[in-house]
Amino acid sequence: MKQGFIRQLDPKDGALVMAHILFAFFALLLGGIAGMLQSVVRGGMYTLPGGIGYYQLLTAHGILMAIVFTTYFIIGFLYSGIARTMGGALLPMTRRLGWAGFALMTGGGLVVLAMILLDKASVLYTFYAPMKAAPQFYFGLAFVVIGSWLSGFGIFYQYRDWRKTHRGKLSPLFGFMAVVTMLLWQIATIGVAIEVIVQLIPWSVGWTETVNVMLSRTLFWYFGHPLVYFWLLPTYICWYVIIPEIIGGKIYSDALARLSFILLLLFSIPVGFHHQLMEPGVSPLWKYIQVVLTFMVVIPSLMTAFSLFATFEQNGRLKGAKGLFGWLKVLPWKDVRFFAPFMGMLAFIPAGAGGIVNASNQMNAVVHNTLWVTGHFHLTVATSVALTFFGITYWLIPVITGRVLTKRVNKLGIIQTVLWLVGMLFMSGSMHTVGLLGSPRRTAYTTYQDHTDAILWMPYHVAMAIGGIILFVALVLMIINVVALLRAPKGETLYPLGKSSAPEEATPRFLERWGVWISLVVLLILFAYTIPVMDMLGPDTYGAPGYKTW
Amino acid sequence: MHIHRLEKVWLAIGIAMLFVFLGVIGISAFALGTQPPSEHHHMIDPTKVKEIAPFDQPGIHQVGRKEYEAVIISFAFGYTTGPKEQPVMKVPAGSTVHFTVTSTDVVHGFEIPGTNVNMMLVPGEVSQVTHTFKEKGEYLILCNEYCGIAHEAMMTKIIVE
Ligand code: HEM
Ligand SMILES: [Cu+2]
Ligand SMILES: [Cu+2]
Repeated sequence: MKQGFIRQLDPKDGALVMAHILFAFFALLLGGIAGMLQSVVRGGMYTLPGGIGYYQLLTAHGILMAIVFTTYFIIGFLYSGIARTMGGALLPMTRRLGWAGFALMTGGGLVVLAMILLDKASVLYTFYAPMKAAPQFYFGLAFVVIGSWLSGFGIFYQYRDWRKTHRGKLSPLFGFMAVVTMLLWQIATIGVAIEVIVQLIPWSVGWTETVNVMLSRTLFWYFGHPLVYFWLLPTYICWYVIIPEIIGGKIYSDALARLSFILLLLFSIPVGFHHQLMEPGVSPLWKYIQVVLTFMVVIPSLMTAFSLFATFEQNGRLKGAKGLFGWLKVLPWKDVRFFAPFMGMLAFIPAGAGGIVNASNQMNAVVHNTLWVTGHFHLTVATSVALTFFGITYWLIPVITGRVLTKRVNKLGIIQTVLWLVGMLFMSGSMHTVGLLGSPRRTAYTTYQDHTDAILWMPYHVAMAIGGIILFVALVLMIINVVALLRAPKGETLYPLGKSSAPEEATPRFLERWGVWISLVVLLILFAYTIPVMDMLGPDTYGAPGYKTW
Repeated sequence: MHIHRLEKVWLAIGIAMLFVFLGVIGISAFALGTQPPSEHHHMIDPTKVKEIAPFDQPGIHQVGRKEYEAVIISFAFGYTTGPKEQPVMKVPAGSTVHFTVTSTDVVHGFEIPGTNVNMMLVPGEVSQVTHTFKEKGEYLILCNEYCGIAHEAMMTKIIVE
């Protein structure tokens, strides 16, 4: 029997989603080349040719991976889900906002990339003042942020329309979670937007002579921490909503899933000081208060862990699994759509433990700005999040194109996942270890005039490079898989949306009282930041002139 | 909202551990004084650092029995740790050293591998940290915040004899 393309998304919506997903993988490929080169340079195995700077590469890697790959993938994924769950297709207005966002982000992003390639912005993805990049770099960043706001508005618009046309009904779980994710993003990016537009642009253009460094760092980290939750929430959407359907089970509890998202929204913003624990200019009391707020995310994280494993166990019992761990046997280990995200979940256990170390006032002194930190976020974002996004790709592209995942690509996907894990074990494992010994992050090859400490780090740097090479091979395989998916046989792939095991009435309506939640977020932010920021704006602070030190 | 009994137990244990943990961090920070470098100890005009005390006399000064103050200026890409005649810092083993450091240009780091000395140097602010060097050796001091093209070369030493 011959089948045609059966698309689960309106082709117009599919085009928008696909543009985002493919751009994300394009960024991943470029970023991966940079990452692999960095690891071999640090391992002392290779010197960069043709005047390419190590820090130029690192700036590109940070921006392409942490900003471009993640943001594009997330927006694509969220748009696909809201189209599917809230009305069956995007509203014309939502689609327009989505494309406008894509255009602004891409235009801005290309300018940023050009400035990096021209060596006018080797300031790393954190662009700490008073290092001063070319004004175009900051303008580009501003466009990226504003573009992403438009994409967010698109999601809010679709959601509002759904609520209006379905009065009294509970919104779909995916839609609710997409709204929380973009709300988090909009509130968080206000910080970096103020930093870039009010502080850095006028300063880099020359309208102001100096910049308030502590304020700029604080605004950056006000954004920088929730940024990691912006990566994590869509990952959780896959774990909460998609995975239950893929394993043939049910969502454990719709209400608890929503509650944990709300808690994550509340406690992921007023906590940026845990990135500034080792710096002057902020009092220990306010650092500690933000550390306490940081740790509140432990609660929704525990809830999430419980829900996921409860889903697995419940599903196992329904399928007749016996004993304490019988449910493990009935999980679809050979299905990459499950296997890759599940490995991501496992990686999140050591990653979360490492995060607790980082955020603890005193232990941070041991690891701050060492390769430990780099090892940490290659487990969180580059393993938990990345593997989950890869897992999504194996069904999302076929859903859009009206094709099916073949056995061969599925198998390649499993191999890809295993290779990625092996590479990461080497790279992140040695980063963690050598970081504890003191080797700094963001530092090109050096032995510090052959100091004994630094010489002892070298074997770990070599192991890091081996991991980096394996990772790069895995990354290329992922790109090959994406291409194979685009050319897969025609057919129908269902959008795997889980159903709740509890009756929907059980979900309390206050979870959708946005006014209440937004006000609470604002209050927490004002509480955590007002006094320290007033202090930074005090009369006896000095501005710093800009420098180009690269 | 229905919460399963096991989930209540799970959350209760988790939250209890969380608060014990936060208590430990809080007590060690405020009662035992293991604080990260904080506060506006004093602020300083980053363009005039060399004219302002104590940075007009960088170097290591004895302030008590086996107690020293090390006044250090950081810049891209190095640290000034003393006058020309005596640029290298030396202290006897068992000394307690109070480091007072600032930056004259961009943000730098200040890390001594193998110790808990690790802090940021932000132009306009003065960072302070104290460490007791029990064992002899040549301790590496390195910049662990990216500061420009030769960041990987930014280092100095303190010799403990
Ligand atoms: C082929 C895979 C990858 C390799 C070989 C790799 C390698 C590296 C290395 C060696 C560094 C540290 C450089 C240094 O501190 O001196 C680094 C930094 C970083 N990587 Fe990766 N990475 C890979 C994938 C990823 C992915 C998928 C992400 C995120 C989605 C990511 C995000 C980052 C970030 C944010 C930094 C920090 C940049 C900075 O310090 O400014 N990496 N990577
Ligand atoms: Cu953080
Ligand atoms: Cu440096």
